[in-house]
Amino acid sequence: MQVRRTPKTYDVCIIGSGAAGGTAAKVLTEGGLTVALLEAGPPVVPARDYKEHVWPYDLPHRGAGVGGKARQGLDDEFLAPNGAWEIEGEPYVSAPGSKFRWFRSRIVGGRTNHWGRIALRMAPVDFKVRSHDGMGDDWPISYDDVAPYYDKVEAYIGVFGTKENIPSAPDGIFQPPPKPRCTETIIKKACDKLSILCIPSRLAILTKPLNGRPACHYCAQCGRGCITASNFSSSQVMIPPAEKTGHLAMITGAMARELIVGKDGKVVAVSYIDKASREERRIHARAFIVAASACESARLLLNSRSTLFPDGLANSSGVVGRNLMDTVGSDGGGYFPQLEKMPAHNHDGVGGMHMYLPWWKFDRKNDFLRGYHTEFGGGRGMPGVGDYDELCDAHEGYGASLKRECKKKYGTYIGFAGRGEMIPNEHCYCEIDPNMVDQWGIPVLRFHWKWSDNELKMARDMQETYREIVETAGGVYMPPTQLGPDHPYGIADGGVIIHEVGTVRMGERPATSALNGYCQAHDVKNLFVTDGASFVTNADKNPTLTIMALTWRASDYLLDQAKKGNL
Amino acid sequence: MPISRRDILKSLTMTAVTGSVLRVIPLEAAEYAHHMVKAEKAAQSNVYTPKFFPAHAYKTLQSLCQTIIPSDDEAKGAIEAGAPEFIDLLTSENKDYQVSLGGGLMWLDNTCLDRYDKLYLDCTPGQQKEILDLIAYRKNAKQDPSLGQGIEFFSFLRKMTADGFFTSEIGIAYLGYVGNTYVSEFPGCPPVPGE
Repeated sequence: MQVRRTPKTYDVCIIGSGAAGGTAAKVLTEGGLTVALLEAGPPVVPARDYKEHVWPYDLPHRGAGVGGKARQGLDDEFLAPNGAWEIEGEPYVSAPGSKFRWFRSRIVGGRTNHWGRIALRMAPVDFKVRSHDGMGDDWPISYDDVAPYYDKVEAYIGVFGTKENIPSAPDGIFQPPPKPRCTETIIKKACDKLSILCIPSRLAILTKPLNGRPACHYCAQCGRGCITASNFSSSQVMIPPAEKTGHLAMITGAMARELIVGKDGKVVAVSYIDKASREERRIHARAFIVAASACESARLLLNSRSTLFPDGLANSSGVVGRNLMDTVGSDGGGYFPQLEKMPAHNHDGVGGMHMYLPWWKFDRKNDFLRGYHTEFGGGRGMPGVGDYDELCDAHEGYGASLKRECKKKYGTYIGFAGRGEMIPNEHCYCEIDPNMVDQWGIPVLRFHWKWSDNELKMARDMQETYREIVETAGGVYMPPTQLGPDHPYGIADGGVIIHEVGTVRMGERPATSALNGYCQAHDVKNLFVTDGASFVTNADKNPTLTIMALTWRASDYLLDQAKKGNL
Repeated sequence: MPISRRDILKSLTMTAVTGSVLRVIPLEAAEYAHHMVKAEKAAQSNVYTPKFFPAHAYKTLQSLCQTIIPSDDEAKGAIEAGAPEFIDLLTSENKDYQVSLGGGLMWLDNTCLDRYDKLYLDCTPGQQKEILDLIAYRKNAKQDPSLGQGIEFFSFLRKMTADGFFTSEIGIAYLGYVGNTYVSEFPGCPPVPGE
């Protein structure tokens, strides 16, 4: 195999174009640096790839996909190209007794093309958990360090919400929220009775025009990709301004394999496989930002072994791959007979919840540590394949009564999804599998996973809460379909919530962490890891907003270093 | 309040998109793709040639779809909604469906031969009702375990038929889904009766 070297040396090479990589590309190029941005997947083309406003009956498979694969929960054909649980030729392994699922997006913009746009700030206490309850570790930075960057990110991407002064859910820079749907007014009333907080949600969707992006037109189809870019994705909002500077070289179909270290211990190049030609190539740069997603970033560091760094790059502490966390997820739902009487009306709204339940029991002692927030939704959405499975099984029979029952029950369900903080434990980590490579010849990851008692107690609390809310609201509680010994209290398998973080964590001490508070490697000064890998804890806040804030902060630091001639 | 597509296009082209460096594509482009799909569909012949099911099996499938979600005063049924075509297309691409649905239709004919000495389609309406009433409910397998496979088959076909019906233009209108449109402001919830 021929190794080609690109003679040009960029100021910065970024690996990954999602929430972290896109943010870094924007900030660094606008700061005047030249940037090479590597993405393992293809470009995204909204005109070709987005199926917004298409009806199911406009497609031969009605959204079910070839062979009905959407019925198995895979690749709904309406969704924006977004990634998959399994990628052909790029396997991963779960260790015996462990069950971990890994969702990967190989496309410009990464998982921001499909994410739920839930944009929550971590609270001050979330950065200092060990000081608060003795478990896990404190971050080396505080809320006050990150807050200015939350401001910058929110002001730029556009987030709706309301000022609430809730300690567990800090306010941000918000556009006005959309009005509640019927499902939301019903749950809000029940929550008020139960003294459970229920407030307008905080989503990265515009309700007012911003920077040339029009406001949302309320079709509820954010997950399909937004042709008007009214919701946030890295591919539509971060990367275009970076391209406009003329300082960005976007390299797609580029699977990073190894970071190459020079004699002085700094990274000099990234070696990658050009997927189209299957050739090995290199990009040289003065600094590197690894933003390939938490586990992929850990994999790249662990695969970058050298005489200087025999255990992998930036891994003298041995923490790379360790402290793997996901979010505690458990779902419940209910049937609400009062919704049967609702007249037909437009219930679409934005592509996500208009209201949510932030963590409300922060002021009392609970039988588990930390907290969770709750997302909920349902009602009269666009019908899709699989929507009637449960009803068909419950009603059985056939004919006019089945048809009428489906109409009667349409839009009468509300589902709840608990999203809670997991405490890192020694049983959850990823490492390089000793035996297997992917089709590019790159050693793959092996995952180890085990929930601890705290997470199970939290899932139980979710179930009890959702039953209480449903019954208070006059509904009939429906327990999660996923119950049983494998999923106590309906807890989702590790990785399933797609909030994996923590595998290259930051910290004060180089002995127990890989990065400093600027996401800069303790061992390698020109290496930064700014995606979810850098997290010390995984608060009950969806990680994306914090990933962008940390990246923006790291990028500002890098720009400052460049100005001082330290690149 | 709903605004017309023309309004949207006008407002987009006049204000938002112009001068934006962001990757915003005009609605026209998306609409164009959308209409192409429709035009292609319209150009296709009205007579559907099954891709997987042989003629007799397909006729049986059509009959079952019609029975599961029939046409009535309120709305047409699964046949008019294209459920058999949808099921045939998916089955032609899925080996598991080929076994469960293709085999299930054979099971139904075999069972009717055993019971009535006729294929399902040749049975009297009373006989058809009798066998369907047996395989349409899980509890019947407790009394007669030999119905188990038929019940499994019918349970899956019922879901597929519901998919085909409720994702059709007819089915969506029947449910009363209102949306998939452009509104400048989300109207919120109309009064909930009795709340």
